[in-house]
Amino acid sequence: MDWWDVLLVVVRVVGVFALLMTVTVLLVWIERKLVADMQNRLGPMRAGPHGVLQTVADGLKLFFKEQITPAKSEFLIYMLAPALSVITAFLMFLVVPFARPFDITLGGQVRSFTFQAMDLNISVLYVLAISSIAVYAVVLAGWSSGSKYPLLGGVRATAQAISYEAAMGLSLVALIMFIAVQNRGGDVMSMASIVDFQAGTYGATEGFLSFLNPIITRVPKWFILPQVIPFIIFATAGVAETNRAPFDLVEAEQELVAGFHTEYSGMRFAMFFLAEYINMFTMSALMVTLFFGGWGGPFLDTIALNVGPWLASVVSFGYFMAKVFVFLFLFIWIRASFPRLRYDQLMDLGWKRLIPGALLWLVASSLALAIRQFGLPWT
Amino acid sequence: MVEVILFAVFGTVAIAGALTVILARNPIYSALGLMATMFSLSVFYIMHLAHFVAAIQIIVYTGAVMTLFLFVIMLIGVDRTEDTAEQLPNQRRIVIGLGLTIAITTVVLTVGQNFKWVTAPGSGPVNWDANADATNGTIQAVGRVLFGADTAERTAGWALPFEAVSLLLIVAAVGAIALAFFRPLRKVGPSPVEDE
Repeated sequence: MDWWDVLLVVVRVVGVFALLMTVTVLLVWIERKLVADMQNRLGPMRAGPHGVLQTVADGLKLFFKEQITPAKSEFLIYMLAPALSVITAFLMFLVVPFARPFDITLGGQVRSFTFQAMDLNISVLYVLAISSIAVYAVVLAGWSSGSKYPLLGGVRATAQAISYEAAMGLSLVALIMFIAVQNRGGDVMSMASIVDFQAGTYGATEGFLSFLNPIITRVPKWFILPQVIPFIIFATAGVAETNRAPFDLVEAEQELVAGFHTEYSGMRFAMFFLAEYINMFTMSALMVTLFFGGWGGPFLDTIALNVGPWLASVVSFGYFMAKVFVFLFLFIWIRASFPRLRYDQLMDLGWKRLIPGALLWLVASSLALAIRQFGLPWT
Repeated sequence: MVEVILFAVFGTVAIAGALTVILARNPIYSALGLMATMFSLSVFYIMHLAHFVAAIQIIVYTGAVMTLFLFVIMLIGVDRTEDTAEQLPNQRRIVIGLGLTIAITTVVLTVGQNFKWVTAPGSGPVNWDANADATNGTIQAVGRVLFGADTAERTAGWALPFEAVSLLLIVAAVGAIALAFFRPLRKVGPSPVEDE
């Protein structure tokens, strides 16, 4: 650990910050344009070509707007809540690797430059932990506003977060068990290792399915194929955790004005807005990393050997963003298509569908893994 | 050095949070104080290289339990003025007695040199192997100890005690549900059950 390492950490953190801000600006515009297209209207058209600068204009406007503080608010927590929402949003992305690492020589020492702010041996748990803290921002914002509708939004957020966190955690248990059995002794909870485990393609099988080998050996070894059900549960819970439609009861416009951020204006509102889009991006990035091979893709090793590792990093970043944007499109598509769930439907889906589903899959998956390893109990 | 700074910062936060829990007039602030304390505890776990326990501490306590606390406080309503009258008989006397006992025990142990402060790795009674510490509290290490993977006989692990504790927790949860659902019918006035 010398100054070069410190510098690399600073570069990585600043890089992640810049990436998230850029993505947010683009994502807001993309969402508005896509929803507009789906609803047969134009969307923002004035600022820049096809309104691409609309978000920048909105951001500047929010920056100079007056920050209103309700007289009945609890000022300290009222100030703290937006900051907490942005902080947790940024923290969550830190463990996501978004490009292929390459070796770099600095200060006479070969170092691996990873495109990931930090790699923890508890990354998966870290994500769950941060997302469980993130709900405080919404709850505290709702309560501290000293107003009825935000409070209702905050109470709804609490119930929703508790329900869907459980489903999300349980869906990941089965996935981690699968990874741990496949890669004995590996660092199964580190995101960088999870991406590494998914490199390459499936091996050829023997027996009656061997005629499929020409196809099987070309399919990338992503965890989505053996773990479809955890992915569905994780994705559903992810949409619910980010409070996006159709799970946006927290800010249901028709019932609660704007929910937990009704009383916020100016920059404080902008922070909630920023956090929502960062969370959306992070959720998509997590789905890609856990189930769709992260930054992995074809030709990366060839490029690294023949042209240079830096180009492989750039191309892998392209793969990563392409995959993430598929899921971001899905987020937006879902928002434009589905009506909002009623409160009892939300609870039913969480407690009666997702959690039992995740538990059943956990039992089935662990039975399958055990039989594969130890054989059937009666043989 | 980093450990000392972290300990000073988060130790202060933990104590301040604990004081907030008992001193704050508003129950929401008390809950937030408890949350700060629990968060600091997870930092201490990380400093002791118990990464798994630290993550679980945040997920379970800071996340789920405190969110439930907040939920309940918000549902009940935070505007209720606190009733400062003593509800439990002899509570004051018992508390004073317990406090004195703890204080005297601490003094006796400290003066009698039976109580050693751990100031740095290796200086206290804790057996701290500086070389093997990197894997002390990782998920893999916890799993190996839990299932007794490194011992000769399979029963040496903590799996059975662990399952027994989880059974206890389930009994507690079922008991709580039973208490909430199966209340004895009130004799005065019509109850919703009798109306049907």
